[in-house]
Amino acid sequence: MSRNWEVVIGLEIHTQLATKSKIFSGAATAYGAAPNTQACLVDLGYPGTLPVLNEEVVRMATKFGLAVNAEIARRSVFARKNYFYPDLPKGYQISQYELPIVGEGELFIEDADGKQKRIGITRAHLEEDAGKSIHEGLDRHSGIDLNRAGTPLLEIVSEPDLRSAQEAVAYMRKIHSIVRYLEISDGNMQEGSFRCDANVSVRPRGQEKLGTRAELKNLNSFRFVEKAINYEVERQIEILEDGGEVVQETRLYDSDKDETRSMRSKEEANDYRYFPDPDLLPVEIDEEYIAAVRATLPELPAAKQQRFIEQYSIKPEDADILTTSRALADYFETAAGATDGKAQVVANWVIGELTGALNKESLEIEQSPVSPEALAQLVSRISDDTISGKIAKEVFEAMWRGEGSADAIIEAKGLRQITDNSAIEAIVDQVIAANPGQAAEYRAGKDKLIGFFVGQVMKETQGKANPGAVNKLLKDKLSG
Amino acid sequence: MTALHLQTLTELKAGLEKGDFTSVELTTALLERIGSLGPDLNAFISVLGDNALAQAAAADAARAAGNAGVLCGLPIVHKDIFCMRDVLTTCGSRMLENFVAPYDATVVERLAEAGAVVLGKANMDEFAMGSSNETSYFGPVHNPWDHARSPGGSSGGSAAAVAARLSPAATATDTGGSIRQPAALTNTVGFKPTYGRVSRYGMIAFASSLDQAGIITRSAEDAALLLGVMSGFDERDSTSVDVPVPDYLAGLGGSLNGLRVGIVRQHFDAGLDEQCAAAVKAALAELEAAGATLTEVDLPNLDYCVPTYYVVAPAECSSNLSRFDGVRFGYRASEPKDLNDLYCRSRGEGFGAEVKRRIMTGTYVLSAGYYDAYYLKAQKVRQLITDDFQRAFESVDVIAGPTTPTPAFKLGDKTDDPITMYLNDIYTIGANLAGLPAMSTPCGMVDDLPVGLHLVGPHWAEGRLLQIAHQYQQLTDWHKQAPEAYT
Repeated sequence: MSRNWEVVIGLEIHTQLATKSKIFSGAATAYGAAPNTQACLVDLGYPGTLPVLNEEVVRMATKFGLAVNAEIARRSVFARKNYFYPDLPKGYQISQYELPIVGEGELFIEDADGKQKRIGITRAHLEEDAGKSIHEGLDRHSGIDLNRAGTPLLEIVSEPDLRSAQEAVAYMRKIHSIVRYLEISDGNMQEGSFRCDANVSVRPRGQEKLGTRAELKNLNSFRFVEKAINYEVERQIEILEDGGEVVQETRLYDSDKDETRSMRSKEEANDYRYFPDPDLLPVEIDEEYIAAVRATLPELPAAKQQRFIEQYSIKPEDADILTTSRALADYFETAAGATDGKAQVVANWVIGELTGALNKESLEIEQSPVSPEALAQLVSRISDDTISGKIAKEVFEAMWRGEGSADAIIEAKGLRQITDNSAIEAIVDQVIAANPGQAAEYRAGKDKLIGFFVGQVMKETQGKANPGAVNKLLKDKLSG
Repeated sequence: MTALHLQTLTELKAGLEKGDFTSVELTTALLERIGSLGPDLNAFISVLGDNALAQAAAADAARAAGNAGVLCGLPIVHKDIFCMRDVLTTCGSRMLENFVAPYDATVVERLAEAGAVVLGKANMDEFAMGSSNETSYFGPVHNPWDHARSPGGSSGGSAAAVAARLSPAATATDTGGSIRQPAALTNTVGFKPTYGRVSRYGMIAFASSLDQAGIITRSAEDAALLLGVMSGFDERDSTSVDVPVPDYLAGLGGSLNGLRVGIVRQHFDAGLDEQCAAAVKAALAELEAAGATLTEVDLPNLDYCVPTYYVVAPAECSSNLSRFDGVRFGYRASEPKDLNDLYCRSRGEGFGAEVKRRIMTGTYVLSAGYYDAYYLKAQKVRQLITDDFQRAFESVDVIAGPTTPTPAFKLGDKTDDPITMYLNDIYTIGANLAGLPAMSTPCGMVDDLPVGLHLVGPHWAEGRLLQIAHQYQQLTDWHKQAPEAYT
């Protein structure tokens, strides 16, 4: 990417709200049901049916607004976005247009230099999702599944404050983490509960005026967001450097080919004829309501990260990772609390071994076979020198397989570290005696051979000897 | 005993309670009458013979068991705009020619729970868009007073059925005058409640912010009886309002002494037929003689009612009718080439000319670049009109005037000129724009054609309007006059 160009990105994130029923009807929102079994007459847009707002979505949107320090509109209005499509039963989508429920807000990400950067949030509004058109396997016909029709969405629109694909991903991750902390969305990206559109443009560095943008639609993974933006940025720079012009259009990212493709240009864009939905009253919220919602806000990722750094003295980057989800943070806190001041070791284990094992089996932290208390016990056995860090990994694997607690496994397998110096000394003598050649070389100045001797002693003790003690004894004996 | 078809709902209720006749006998008599006189009027899209008789038998059984509801065994007709489970619900359109509703509208449900028997579904202007009942896909309804004339619209079938004594009452809907105008033209009582008083759930939408369900009857007392059952908050309609429903029947008594009646000067300007004006003035004099005072009130923005309405109503209808796309229900064009062809032909073939005109007008006024000049401006004017009424009601209890500019016009007279047709609602539209309760009650005859007196009250003043009309009906017998062929 040329250094002469500045990248400008704004994201529109669509978060599915985790309500039991739909935004304007009583039908269930559960994912994965047989087609058209979770759509009632209201969702199907039957003549005479009317929408009734699910109050829960107002509470959730308010929660989000407060979490990003945004203005909550005392009065917001649902509007109709009119267009024809078979998976849009009423011929209009109920959304919020001029008066969204959440106004201007902000959040902070780390930029490439590790500095805090403010990203403005323009607005967040409530709307209903459309259904799904199915074009495959139906013999020249298209199928429509309206289960998703009427699912509540919160669309979160950022300011064009993001300057790289990496920043866009960092911002999206923050939002993802916030909605999960607030328990207003499951954030499941495979199921489409959390997806985004990216508005991407480039401009010569130093230029005030924004370049012409392309809108990349429906990006449903962090990786795709990054790849799609990077591809798009290069495409636009290439056009501009060749003296061409970027066309304002909607583009689709093809993850198989890793490229974006034109979907429709501005000229083909619909005139949505937005107007206030006369079937729904404006949503009016008072101070008391906002105060009550505020009282239910959990500690948010940024605050928790800061507290972890201060309270547990762990590395800032570890605190960042550990606060990605509430469950992970809770796991860490429980485990750290059960050890005596070994929070950084716990952090290393959670981020390293535990996360690795979970990822390998595609498990969530809540499903971990090793409880935080069990992990704490393991960490304590390292810190009280019962076992070495290396042996601990073996113990952890056994714990993961369900073979019992750290203590039980250490006992059963006889993994307790040998701390008795006389026992180690005997083995050290034995190893030196068995390797006279290497001993002579060491004494002649080949210091590196100490590693060989340590290895031999550890082998004899099946790793149970305290490495520090072995080292010291070997050095004493060999130079003696 | 007076023939059953000539009795009002209130009289029939008393007869059923005393055991003078059964609901099955009553229903049978009316079904026979519908069978013999109905076809010439074309007032019905569906006659629900078997269904009605089964409901009547159930009502008789309930009464025998001591479980009679307020309307137990009383026959009514539903305008074909109300969804009724397992019954054809066409809304007067080819688009819904074969649409069998899978659920009951709240109005249908509440009347059924009270024990009413549904004789049939009444003809209407297509999607309630029209003032003459000529836009119906099922053909025009004929006015029982003169078959060559229109009964008005859009609730023309409901009004004709009640005027011809085929049913003592019929549900109806009113977006710009669709209950009151046909009531005036057929010598019936038409009542449109306050917006939000009666649930719109299950009533196929024309213009959501203006549509309101109501009733056509032969007396104010009957209207009070039915409105008491139909009214009230419904959680399925967000625009229905949770205001207690008073006992309308209990409120009918009391004199008109001290009643403050507002008269709007412009109502009596050039547009009003002179003989109609005379009939309405006579009615006002009658109220005055009964102790009411007449005061002139000013509605400065009255002239803007029709243009405002013809921006707001089409805008909402253009969106409301988008769901009729041939995909899930209703008319579907045969052998569509592609999606666009499916949409264009299903809608092109399924909708009639007036509906298309309004969809196009509405689409236009909501379009980018025109929204501010039309839709937004109309909404502002609408607020001014509402404010005018509010100000007027600071000094009067009711505004009275003509319901329509002329008596019933000939079928075909205005079909080529939509603007003249639209002006038929000039006196009634204001109440819809302001969401006010309003009614029409018979008040005279011009060349053997009925004239209606229009009463508009402040929000939630249904009881007061019914009381005024009821008291007026104690002093006059215009409402008792029936077309000769239907006595």
